[in-house]
Amino acid sequence: MNQAVDTNEYQTHQPLLAGHTSRRWLFSAFATTFIVALPVFAVFYLALFPEENIWPHLIDTTLPRYLDNTIRLMLGVAFLTLFLGVSTAWAVTVCEFPGRRFFEWALLLPFAVPAYVIAYVYTDLLDYAGPVQIALRDWFGWTSARDYWFPQIRSLGGATVMIGLVLYPYVYLLSRAAFLEQSPSLFAVSRSLGHSALSTFFRVVLPIARPAIAVGLSLVLMETLNDFGTVDFFAVQTLTAGLFDTWMNLGNLGGAAQIATVMLSFVLILVTLERYSRRRQKQFSARDNRQPVHRFRLTPARKALCITVCAVPVVFGFVIPGLVLGYYAVEYFEQSWNTEFFSNALNSLLLSATAAMTTLVIGLTLAYSRRLHDTPGMRVLMRLSSLGYAMPGAVLAVGVIVPMASFDNWLDGLMEHWFGLDTGLLLSGTTFALVFAYTVRFLAVSAGSIESALQKVTPSMDMAARSLGQGPAGTLIHVHLPILRGTLLTAALVVFVDCMKELPATLILRPFNFDTLATYVYQFASDEMLSRSALPALIIVLAGIVPIILMSRSIGQSRSFN
Amino acid sequence: MQMKFAASALLALSVIPLSASADGEVNIYSYRQAFLLEPLLNAFTEETGVETNVVFAKNGLSERLEREGDNSPADLVMTVDISRLSELVEKDLTASVSNPTLEENIPENLRHPEGKWFALTTRGRMIYTSVDRVDEGEITTYEQLADDKWNDRICTRSGKHPYNIALISSMIAHHGEEETEKWLQGVKDNLARKPQGGDRDQIKAIAEGVCDIAIGNSYYYGAMLEDENQRPAAEKARMVFPNSDGRGTHINISGVALTKSAPNRENAIKLMEFLSEQKAQHIYAEANTEYPANPAVEASGMVASWGDLNPDSLSLQEIADNRNTAVRMVDRVDYDN
Repeated sequence: MNQAVDTNEYQTHQPLLAGHTSRRWLFSAFATTFIVALPVFAVFYLALFPEENIWPHLIDTTLPRYLDNTIRLMLGVAFLTLFLGVSTAWAVTVCEFPGRRFFEWALLLPFAVPAYVIAYVYTDLLDYAGPVQIALRDWFGWTSARDYWFPQIRSLGGATVMIGLVLYPYVYLLSRAAFLEQSPSLFAVSRSLGHSALSTFFRVVLPIARPAIAVGLSLVLMETLNDFGTVDFFAVQTLTAGLFDTWMNLGNLGGAAQIATVMLSFVLILVTLERYSRRRQKQFSARDNRQPVHRFRLTPARKALCITVCAVPVVFGFVIPGLVLGYYAVEYFEQSWNTEFFSNALNSLLLSATAAMTTLVIGLTLAYSRRLHDTPGMRVLMRLSSLGYAMPGAVLAVGVIVPMASFDNWLDGLMEHWFGLDTGLLLSGTTFALVFAYTVRFLAVSAGSIESALQKVTPSMDMAARSLGQGPAGTLIHVHLPILRGTLLTAALVVFVDCMKELPATLILRPFNFDTLATYVYQFASDEMLSRSALPALIIVLAGIVPIILMSRSIGQSRSFN
Repeated sequence: MQMKFAASALLALSVIPLSASADGEVNIYSYRQAFLLEPLLNAFTEETGVETNVVFAKNGLSERLEREGDNSPADLVMTVDISRLSELVEKDLTASVSNPTLEENIPENLRHPEGKWFALTTRGRMIYTSVDRVDEGEITTYEQLADDKWNDRICTRSGKHPYNIALISSMIAHHGEEETEKWLQGVKDNLARKPQGGDRDQIKAIAEGVCDIAIGNSYYYGAMLEDENQRPAAEKARMVFPNSDGRGTHINISGVALTKSAPNRENAIKLMEFLSEQKAQHIYAEANTEYPANPAVEASGMVASWGDLNPDSLSLQEIADNRNTAVRMVDRVDYDN
């Protein structure tokens, strides 16, 4: 999943890889990208028709603050996730300490906790009426909030920590996979040339892992940029907050779409800059990573340090929220338990599984088409298909509604005209709309990781397969799929967990009387009733754990396969 | 294999039927949480046999309705404040309803002149004062919130929240833009902390000693009194009916509108009628401690015990019309920081 590089040399092999049949691949890549990019283009389209020009007012008043907060939030989350993700990935990969095997998968657990849930939990815990401050007041004899200072959880800092705690697993996941694939001999060479372990880490290990870390970080930053639940709850005015204000309060959907477009450009610039900065780098997968990793034996003090570094994110990102939710779930069990859970959980599972499979198949199609036709045009297609991830879910939902409802109404008119049939809305307001929205939103996750994994497979594999008489499809099925097994499983599981947590698009697009676990939680949480939403929230978290453990295993195994 | 699974899962999901009973159904897009509507809708189904289907979301529903056009399955839209209703009217998505039952049950100032929306409940935007640190009668009007006396003593939620926007809009209607901006600046200068949280959090902040004055809707106070864990905090605050002796307390509404495209028009109107009558209005009053829109129905015992509400008679449409001005004003005085 790492070491994405611009491998232009594929082009020299083009005649061998491309061919008659591969036009089909090219066509399907075009067609899928077109469909998947429609919602994003619908938002661009909406941006052309604002109710009024919002910018003079924004620039005069709140825009500087929106930008300032957005940049500080993104920087803060970037530092936090990099620190937590890379340090823990490094520790569990190359150091030997008690609990290492446990932390390998436990470090992924916070990923199962939705950001809005962790925000509710910590507010409950840390605000004035929460147990922490009550205990402090008891100890010190304070009587009111004016007697002492306590960090304000509802703040930019609070939002940074909350978002960082649940998103660092992206960085951890990708950098761990990258570290695992690095050849141990590189490390040995560096040490023999006189570099300390630390210096080797910064001069050799980190630069090689950089593409993978950059992919993880860009996922983190896009999620951060689009987060509305947490920043709204914490009253942090980011661009997303401004977007919703323009949409909901000023009733200016076009203006909101313009802000969304600006945010999207923001992301594109970041991603392009990162790619540009390593344009001269080329990497090839090392051949000798079949060797077992040689882990450092550490002094007791360093072991303790490793354990601490790994335990902190797990405890704060998973154990504490889990305990709080568990406490409320037990306390309010009778009020919150009902049979709707089963159908809600089933809805969540089926939707997420379907969307995970769909993104996987589409991601594979796109990435493989790019392998067959590595042209600038194909690269643009890949980027286009991933844009949905860089938009807030609610905006994307409107982007889904626009073309889908137009299609439904067009079809209805057509059927009415020719056959006298009233088809009504065929797709809008169905679970198909939800799966489509999830696919558009999370395709970036699967397509990106499959693309970079495919790039590491040497083209001679394809040539061998093709010269033995396999077509492009046969090569994909018999050669690449087995090689990519670990990557595919990981991609599917990440998308699955993301879909389980997805809220804003689900709310807007769902059918009548249809709840997922996430929307069910939101119903109560939005009415300031954390206690009653605790049980379903806990179930979302628990449902996320199983795929996470599977994911971790698949990465461990991928090492023995390579 | 994977494709097959995906396809069959999708199929299984798409064919989950909307159980339409013989007596028909009503489809509702709701800005209010479905669990709050449940008791009302269950009572309706019990009485009429008509099934109800609900989609709840906090945003995006009017866009969905607009784009779905004539084929939209939605019959009714239910909202929790006036601005969403007027937005629907502006987009020309609602139908006029002229119905004797509704017109009899809902007073004229609580419905659209052409029947494009009807209020179902009203709620006052109240001032809360600390029982310990503020004397009874020390503050009686919204205007007084800007007095220097309250410097560093007021808590509110975000100025951008629709409930506060509606309050500011009503101030604009009464005092004009310039005067209101001065007032809003004054209130902002008196804030004890950056606006945050919901209405309940402001009342809690009084109990915590962070501030002495808070603003919040009436039913949140009621809900806190009914919640064992929150009652102690609510009891530290006293509810004041602002401007009671003058023009009256600013109110907002929750309401309902019939969509232009409603496929189940008859049943939808039946539900609207039902919601305006004794039984449903009573459920609203008891379960959610709101004020019934139907004057023939009494407020719940607890709500009545707070005192008499003298509502501001300003037209709700005028409040909706000032929304845009109010939002910009909040930005200009930098209220939320």
